[in-house]
Amino acid sequence: MCQDCGCGDVNIVPVEVQTRILSRNDKVAAHNRSHFASRGMFTINVMGSPGAGKTALLEATARAFGDSARLAALAGDLATENDALRLQRAGIRTRAITTGQACHLDAEMVHHELHAWDPGEVDFFFIENVGNLVCPAVYDLGQNANVVVLSITEGEDKPLKYPTMFAKADVVLLTKMDLLPHLRVDVNAIYDAIARVMPEALVMPIIAPELGGTGLWLEWLRQSRAALLRTVEVTA
Amino acid sequence: MHEYSIVQSLVSAVEAAVGDRRNAAVHRVEVAIGEVAGVDCGLLTTAFEVFRAGTLCEHASLTIESIAALWQCPNCGVAIERGKSLRCALCNEPARLAAGDEIFLQRIELEVA
Repeated sequence: MCQDCGCGDVNIVPVEVQTRILSRNDKVAAHNRSHFASRGMFTINVMGSPGAGKTALLEATARAFGDSARLAALAGDLATENDALRLQRAGIRTRAITTGQACHLDAEMVHHELHAWDPGEVDFFFIENVGNLVCPAVYDLGQNANVVVLSITEGEDKPLKYPTMFAKADVVLLTKMDLLPHLRVDVNAIYDAIARVMPEALVMPIIAPELGGTGLWLEWLRQSRAALLRTVEVTA
Repeated sequence: MHEYSIVQSLVSAVEAAVGDRRNAAVHRVEVAIGEVAGVDCGLLTTAFEVFRAGTLCEHASLTIESIAALWQCPNCGVAIERGKSLRCALCNEPARLAAGDEIFLQRIELEVA
């Protein structure tokens, strides 16, 4: 209560805080990242619209690697375990995270899942986020790289409409390139849009996953994991 | 609509800042949201008004400071014009985001009896 004149007003006291609102998520993400690194797992947060081809890309990645790499995945969706089942059939050790109404995965969901499930020895760990070009970009999961899967059927200006996700991406994989002859799409306009929202634009066209066409992507994965292993001590 | 999740984290951050001053009511919450942080300020306000019920923020107002995006050349410091390719025309360096990705609790105001 005001002590000066007895008016009955309360005193307003400012308290400086200056903290990231998602600092709790960041802390869990840092823990996840350190866990992945200590086990030699190069971890990729796979984001993109529903239907962009995230699951198809991972199926193709598994086919292309064959026995030359150990893969595991978490597949996030609001409902159903369909994507997880597809990835399992493709030979990827996978668990589903069904989020209910949540439009994104967060670090706590990933951490919780890994407490309940040991994927074993893994070279590449894919976290297939909920299909959504907005919300997943906000939450650090502890990944080593962000990959956005963008199909050429989505429209040339999608990167300009959803700049946050592309600003945080390390790689953009352009999928459904085999449909190009049937579409009125200018691929150069897609590249141009990406360059306006993504500073170190690394764009890889995926011609047709079922026909191969994943060579650059696999090479990028191998090199990125090798770079990670040079910086960490693998203990498990 | 991840703004609802952001508000849940915001209320937790406010509770941590209030600490053991539990007899003080929260009067105002001030946050800074960057233009390319991926958070919609209108939705954040709506989410705050829904979720503050029953929390320490029940009677608090929310003030949002919007921070404009600033992409700069890390080499020469020149700002990249909005909508242009994010690479310095002079140095050919990829730009860095100097401001605009904030999701920040700046300060709170407490009503102290």
